[in-house]
Amino acid sequence: MRAAQQISFARPSTFRMKAFPIISVVLASALPAMLPIIAQFPLLPPFGLILFVAWRLIRAELWPSWIGIPLGFWDDLFSGQPFGSGILLWTIIVLAFEFADRILVWRDWWVDWLMAAAAIAFGIAGGLVIIGFTGTPASMEIIVPQLVWSIFTYPLVTRLVAVLDRWRIGRNN
Amino acid sequence: MAPPKHRRLGYSRKAQMGLFAGYVIAVVGAVAGGLMLVMSAIDPTGFQSLRQAGAEMFAPVARGGKDVSGSVGSVEENIGAYIRAGKQNRDLRRQLDATRLRLLEAEAIANENRQLKKMLKLRNDSPQTIVVSRLIASSASSARRLATLDAGRNEGVKPGQPVRAPEGLIGRILDVGPTLSRVLLLADTENVVPIRRARDALPALAVGRADGNLDIRALNTGISGFKRGDVFVTSGSGGLYQPNIPVAVVIAEQSDGAIGRPIAHPARVTAVLVERAYRDLAVLRRVPAAINVGDEP
Repeated sequence: MRAAQQISFARPSTFRMKAFPIISVVLASALPAMLPIIAQFPLLPPFGLILFVAWRLIRAELWPSWIGIPLGFWDDLFSGQPFGSGILLWTIIVLAFEFADRILVWRDWWVDWLMAAAAIAFGIAGGLVIIGFTGTPASMEIIVPQLVWSIFTYPLVTRLVAVLDRWRIGRNN
Repeated sequence: MAPPKHRRLGYSRKAQMGLFAGYVIAVVGAVAGGLMLVMSAIDPTGFQSLRQAGAEMFAPVARGGKDVSGSVGSVEENIGAYIRAGKQNRDLRRQLDATRLRLLEAEAIANENRQLKKMLKLRNDSPQTIVVSRLIASSASSARRLATLDAGRNEGVKPGQPVRAPEGLIGRILDVGPTLSRVLLLADTENVVPIRRARDALPALAVGRADGNLDIRALNTGISGFKRGDVFVTSGSGGLYQPNIPVAVVIAEQSDGAIGRPIAHPARVTAVLVERAYRDLAVLRRVPAAINVGDEP
């Protein structure tokens, strides 16, 4: 009885519930514009994409299926990719997740990681292919380090997202 | 564990329609994204005002952080050394660093002195310099090699102008915002620089490889006598870069050319200079000369 009351008192505003995940992805996407790193090869994991994938896998019901359009657009502003790249790739990732949610009968943490790894790899490699359309195609080797540490960053990012999520729904521990 | 049943349709017609509409919007959005890609392939500077607005928004953070870039900027080199030569290499290097700390400090100061002197001289000697500034951020998560320069339209920077450091060429201005501009670095795959070998003026082209190095391609087919250690400088053809700016040194020979390493490392240079395009400079030089000739008699 008392616990129920506490939860109802602690229920945060709709704004916090809805906007917080989006703000976190937006800030993560803008990270390359904030960090004073002059990289000579793709060095930084695409934190916007990783956070986006993590939120989508942890809270599947949070966003509509078209969320990749605005968030991908925002990512394009900062990533250096040609415009439309994030919109296309992120939307395909969401649609693939929707499809996977329907056909997969067994889900656990490892399956989620595998799905996240596939999505991140698709995002990074797709970005390289898209760049290849406009300029001289670069070799796939240059994204291998980024790919590896992006996939291994994912578990850490899920921890972060879980903390943010608990704060978002007003449950502090 | 069973899959999460998050899109439970039930029998609500409204919910079903809403879900379907979401998919339709998503697919239409993806197609629109593809069309935007085609547009950006045709006009790479499209949407640049939006991009600049975004960059300006977060620039104060990057400006504040630039003081630590000496250590952060070389992160990739440390990682690279680790992967290539292993732990031992790094340990040895650390020992060496510790014993030579004093010497390095002295050397660094001497270096900085020399660099500053060089820059002063460069600035005095060359009327082509528009602004001296620094790189504050880059497209670190993408395979494009773009950097943000802490100077823009307000300082007189215009798209296409060459960017160099005292040590060598850095790239050129891609697009310009009020206080920031984007620099297309040498290593970007879309950056092609006409160059020539310093010792015998053998012409070649430098094309970015997106991994920090450059492909050096011979213009004369059949000749690829590039050797390790060959130094290449800008040739001045094309009218963008003035001749004799150091560009790259060959680090590996290939059958159809060579791989070169840029002489000026964008993360290591303390400051960069934006210059007038070479063709504009040629015009500038010609005009005063003509006036002088007219005044003499």
